[in-house]
Amino acid sequence: MSDPLERALRAPAPRAHDAARRFADHAAAAGEADLAYTTVASPLGELLLVAGRGGLTQMHYLDEPLDPLLATLARRRSPRIVESASALDPWRRELDEYFSGSRRRFEAPLDWEAMAPFQRAILRATAAIPYGETSTYTGVATAAGRPRAQRAAGNALGANPLAIIVPCHRVLRSGGGFGGYTGGLQRKHFLLELEGAG
Amino acid sequence: MSDRDLPPFQQLLERHSEDVWRTLRAIVGAQAAEDCFQETFLAALRAYPRLRPDSKPRAWLLTIAHNKAIDHLRRTRLQEAEVEVAAEDAPAPEDEIWSAVAALPPRQRAAVALRYIGDLSHREIAAAIGCSEEASRRSLHDGLQTLRRQL
Repeated sequence: MSDPLERALRAPAPRAHDAARRFADHAAAAGEADLAYTTVASPLGELLLVAGRGGLTQMHYLDEPLDPLLATLARRRSPRIVESASALDPWRRELDEYFSGSRRRFEAPLDWEAMAPFQRAILRATAAIPYGETSTYTGVATAAGRPRAQRAAGNALGANPLAIIVPCHRVLRSGGGFGGYTGGLQRKHFLLELEGAG
Repeated sequence: MSDRDLPPFQQLLERHSEDVWRTLRAIVGAQAAEDCFQETFLAALRAYPRLRPDSKPRAWLLTIAHNKAIDHLRRTRLQEAEVEVAAEDAPAPEDEIWSAVAALPPRQRAAVALRYIGDLSHREIAAAIGCSEEASRRSLHDGLQTLRRQL
């Protein structure tokens, strides 16, 4: 094996990177991939957005390394995951508008089907809380038709897979307490302030 | 992660896209590499959930790439003819090498590419090309001999 031959065969392939990105975008747009993800910068730090065919299925504060999160997604949902910024454009745009104060409601589709029924009921009730207003754990449990399940409602909110978009930050403790927030209380405070509910 | 879990497909795309591209470039030329690349990863994505987690994704991808490259050569009836040489990818001083590689019969070209780009074993090359291990060794040997003579 001559060196020049090996060098030529292994020469850098700069076009491979673009081809890979084109592939991922196409696979996401054509529904060949089961899940597409991207990360976006926000005033509250980097966010991970994941969408499937049914709409946005996860949005998390990216406080942990990305790879283990993706590995968990692959295991629990599907390994057919690609990175595609364009696939997440509708939600990214709405988020930008929300953070700039020009959007009060999220309209791009959300994947409710991926949730367990109780969590879905609680999070749908939460999504109905208007911008700038707040409710309580008892309030959303009651709205979901399970008035006595406020503790379970708290757990469902704590595991909200669609942070910010399903506004669990608008749910406070009955009696005026601030309640918890999976992304940290500073973020909850920031969001309520942004919405003028502080 | 247990050994039964497949990693996210994106990981394969990131880790192996360069070698898939290089392999295709060597077999079909840079011009056709783009289409073959897209076909390779689409076929891989579709079949991915059925991939046995203990198999080597790299050898698997390069085998698919080889199949797509051969399909392409059949389609374009270029099997016996020279493929276009990759002007924008191959550094100029190496054009001569690319011409020599492109002039090899497809099986020898594939064997050389899979061995020296893909680092595949003779057994894996034989599986990819669909021939016996001995035949793949011979293709590699003949291909290298021709190249050595010419360079």
